[in-house]
Amino acid sequence: MNAAPGVYQGAADVIAALMLLLEFGMLRQALVRDQVRLYATQSAMISVLAIVIAADRNLPDLYALAALSAALKVFAVPLVLRRLLGRPAVEETRGVAGSYTLSPASAVLASIVLAAFGFFCFGSLGIHSADVPVLALSLAGAMVFVAFTLMIVRRDVASQAIGFFSLENAISLASLVLAAELPLLIETAFLFDLLLAVVVFGMLIRAHHSRAESLSTADLTRLRG
Amino acid sequence: MLGVILAILVLPLAVAIASFLAPARVAAGITIVSGIACFGLVLALIPHATRGATTYLSYLRADSLSCVFLLATAFLYAAVAVYAAGYLKGRTDRYARRFYLGFNVFAGAMLAAPLMSSLALLWIAIEVTTVVSALLVAIEDTDGAAEASWKYVLIASAGLGLALLATIFAYYAGAQVLGAHSNLAIQPLISVGSRLPKTPVRLAFLLAVLGYGTKVGLVPVHTWLPDAHSEAPTPVSAMLSGALLATSFYAILRFYQIAAATLGSGFPRGTLLVFGIASLLLASLYVFGQRDVKRLLAYSSVEHMGILAIGVSFGAPVALAGVLLHVLAHAAAKGNAFMGAGVFTVTYGTKQMSAMRDGLRLLPWSGPLFLLSIFALSAFPPSGIFRSEFEIVAGGLGHGDYAAAAVLVVVVTIAFIGLATSTTNVLLSPVPAEQAPGEPSAWMVVPVLAGLAVLVLLGVHPPGELTNLITQAAAQLRGAP
Repeated sequence: MNAAPGVYQGAADVIAALMLLLEFGMLRQALVRDQVRLYATQSAMISVLAIVIAADRNLPDLYALAALSAALKVFAVPLVLRRLLGRPAVEETRGVAGSYTLSPASAVLASIVLAAFGFFCFGSLGIHSADVPVLALSLAGAMVFVAFTLMIVRRDVASQAIGFFSLENAISLASLVLAAELPLLIETAFLFDLLLAVVVFGMLIRAHHSRAESLSTADLTRLRG
Repeated sequence: MLGVILAILVLPLAVAIASFLAPARVAAGITIVSGIACFGLVLALIPHATRGATTYLSYLRADSLSCVFLLATAFLYAAVAVYAAGYLKGRTDRYARRFYLGFNVFAGAMLAAPLMSSLALLWIAIEVTTVVSALLVAIEDTDGAAEASWKYVLIASAGLGLALLATIFAYYAGAQVLGAHSNLAIQPLISVGSRLPKTPVRLAFLLAVLGYGTKVGLVPVHTWLPDAHSEAPTPVSAMLSGALLATSFYAILRFYQIAAATLGSGFPRGTLLVFGIASLLLASLYVFGQRDVKRLLAYSSVEHMGILAIGVSFGAPVALAGVLLHVLAHAAAKGNAFMGAGVFTVTYGTKQMSAMRDGLRLLPWSGPLFLLSIFALSAFPPSGIFRSEFEIVAGGLGHGDYAAAAVLVVVVTIAFIGLATSTTNVLLSPVPAEQAPGEPSAWMVVPVLAGLAVLVLLGVHPPGELTNLITQAAAQLRGAP
């Protein structure tokens, strides 16, 4: 009989499950501003998990990482996204709501199938370690696939960008599970890099909107062959 | 040598900032100086790297393999910096300053990537190349550029997400042997390769090939590449094709070294063979029927990345040496081809080849040079590409990979026919045009001449120091420290 999971393993599994649910929420959510809110909440969970791991495994670096991650992903990135999107995000509420390549129900069904595929793929890796919550790793695998689904099925630049940022959250979850002791310098560099990516995504979203007067990617079909 | 490495890292970034603040002419001048200086610094680094790899400040490392890729990037940085001085003639000061800011940061990030001793920092450097070059692709502010840059940043970033996952799995594998506080340094991971757990390493390699392969342009994750190459300003297209794809391939080679040390070379070689053949086949078919000259060259880049992947999959020393020579020769040849194509697009005011005719008469220098560049790119002797592809095929045949070697020869020939047909129409079809012959700028001719000289040098008699460097780098790929 398996022993009951410890605080760290239990917390990691619960947080990973909640993050996956939020990922589905982003996929289903029609409004960009609500997607940004869900992204901020998902990012906050990453910071909570980092604090749990820091306390459980006595890794003081992770407190700093949790603070940096929260400052960047919970506050700065959503703020930058709202600022850069600005009026387009508000004006395009209806347009974005209808931006599915598939119908919303089909998109969710497809993402459930892919999430299950990711879950079992990562679960079958044979990574068994007392330090690694294998269920959380499998859930991170499922999140990766749902994030890709979000980027593929939504035909608006804002949702696609949020899909990419949530993909980064899924990878952060896998990183905390598998590589919690990664040096702070490298983790900080990853976060800085994310900030850079956010700014560039934001600039390109703005450029796209000013040119196409829409957040939709439906017209991005000139370049073929 | 630490000073040289730091200079290579700092100089382009310092020049980027200065370029943004200075007038366009000054920005052009200091970018040329920076490009040539970086090329000189890399040449100075080569003898030290061939004497043995050295790690500096824990996170910087120069060895033979990294120097091969540094050399390709630095040469192209210098050549394209000269070319850009002519290409940007007539552009607004604001455009030129933004261009030089991005161009220098882009070059700096590509030069930094091979100097990183850690897989994590290598990933960060390559991610920086993505975000900066996406902005450079968008700089033309056209509908096509906006579309291409969005596709590029989204697809490449998603690919790099997978590459980051690969890096994390590599860390997990390394931590089982090296301890939890490993900093993902590449060499220690290779050294303990035989003791690493196999499943995470296998997964890390697959994710790295898919993830970095997106940036390399390996089929089926190449879809951003033709769009970005065709819509970017021509100097950026040349850097994307000649240097960025190779830099991303360098990252795959580092994962290849770790995977080969852990799993044996069979699995990583087989994986690269599949991606290589797919890239070669699809790209050579797409070369036919292209109407946009830059798109034509972009598909040729996918083809050449396929050749690199196939060459590594052969695993024979001569094939690996051929691969590394191919990195250098492709940088020169593809840089030349794009720079030549750029002269045509400026002269004719379009990228459509149907509107380009009588190029040999109208462009007395660039016409013949473009023709020679295309022949060099198509592996005509005495080009360096002929020598590198010959070595790759010889390695494949010597190693018993007859089918793959035969496919390579046949498909490369098909691609040559596609390239030659398109370009000879552009150059030789006469039209009763009244336009007087003349070059848009001498700055756009000189670097192409330099590129051709390098291609002949690589094909006829590579310098001894370079041969030594390539031999050692090939040995590294076969497991030497």
